[in-house]
Amino acid sequence: MKADIVSALESITRVRGVRGAMIVSAEEGLVVAESSMEGIDGAAVAALAAGVVARLARATEAAGRTAPAFVHLRAGAGGLMAVPGRGDLLVVAVTDPEVNVGLVRLELRRVAEDVA
Amino acid sequence: MPWEDAVSIEDIRVLTGQLAADPSSLVFLPLGEALRRRGQLEAAEKVALAGLTRYPELADAHDLLARILGDRGDLERAFDEWDIALRLDGGHAGAHKGIGFLYYVAGELPKALGHLESALAADPGAEGVAAAVARVREALAMPGASDAASPPPGPVAGAQTAAETTGPAEVSRAVFEGLEGAQDGLLLLDAQGLRVGGGLSSPDGTPVGDAVAAHLAGVFRDAERAARLLSLGPWSSVAAETSDANLFLCAPTPESLLLLVRDNSVPIGRLALQAERASEAARRWLEGAA
Repeated sequence: MKADIVSALESITRVRGVRGAMIVSAEEGLVVAESSMEGIDGAAVAALAAGVVARLARATEAAGRTAPAFVHLRAGAGGLMAVPGRGDLLVVAVTDPEVNVGLVRLELRRVAEDVA
Repeated sequence: MPWEDAVSIEDIRVLTGQLAADPSSLVFLPLGEALRRRGQLEAAEKVALAGLTRYPELADAHDLLARILGDRGDLERAFDEWDIALRLDGGHAGAHKGIGFLYYVAGELPKALGHLESALAADPGAEGVAAAVARVREALAMPGASDAASPPPGPVAGAQTAAETTGPAEVSRAVFEGLEGAQDGLLLLDAQGLRVGGGLSSPDGTPVGDAVAAHLAGVFRDAERAARLLSLGPWSSVAAETSDANLFLCAPTPESLLLLVRDNSVPIGRLALQAERASEAARRWLEGAA
């Protein structure tokens, strides 16, 4: 099962400009599986991504909207993208600034649908 | 006699001595509260945080920290701490009172009433809660009265200050004049999560600007922290897609935050362009207001 997850994550990291991808337990902010996270603190990514998504979910709920299905934090030297999967899982990618956001989003969604 | 006068320096000295003699004792709770009441918020927060490292699952400790954070004006973190307290103890009177008051400040009267009633049920003698329940019920009975009503007695001094400074008169309708969604779909807030301009309604037309703004201060901090800790450089925007709306968040200035909300038929790329124009307007307005 774990090999399947890592293989699914590799479809994300194959996209040019993606530094790493991981599956995170949204509630606990912990890493479930990761791929190609060299030079990146996976535990920090998990905790921070889960935090940003949870905060946004509260904001969208307060706005009378549904929870976010895709989140993109853009920064000067890169970005963080997240798509909620089934149950408590979040699929997350850390990217370079120059990346095809649409392509990464597609891969994140595909993995989110595949990984139970 | 005001409470702060009733708590003497000698009381604090005694409590501090007791805590020093037995760092694992629960005396940090009255000590932190005494410091808070005397306005020594930094010292109070240190005491509360030290207590929480020993008793992370003690609802009273989270309630104490929430009140201190509230006094410091950090309402978002205060909300989080009361939320944790309620997860640990669903009937915690102080946490219900605190969250009820924050909901009131945010204009979410039904939620405010629910929490204040729970606080009253848990502690019928709690200071000011019965009056707060009565006031919120009264506000609910009068359509549109929530904007005009003064807030009920709050658990934290900072929250009362925030309520006083975020009344409708303080929120500018003119910031985004001429832009699409100037009154509904564009929000300008400060770093503390207080709405200073624009407006936002839920799909059923309920004004939700203040409530959303209060939550966004936390997003602002989390985005900043994530970008910094992951060496991503300064963050520039956060975009989110939901099944019925797209949202775009950016910081026109280091001390302000702008939220743009549109129907999900408007692509994020277009939101980014609209947000850029709105940010320019916000900067102009903020410079003029300074």
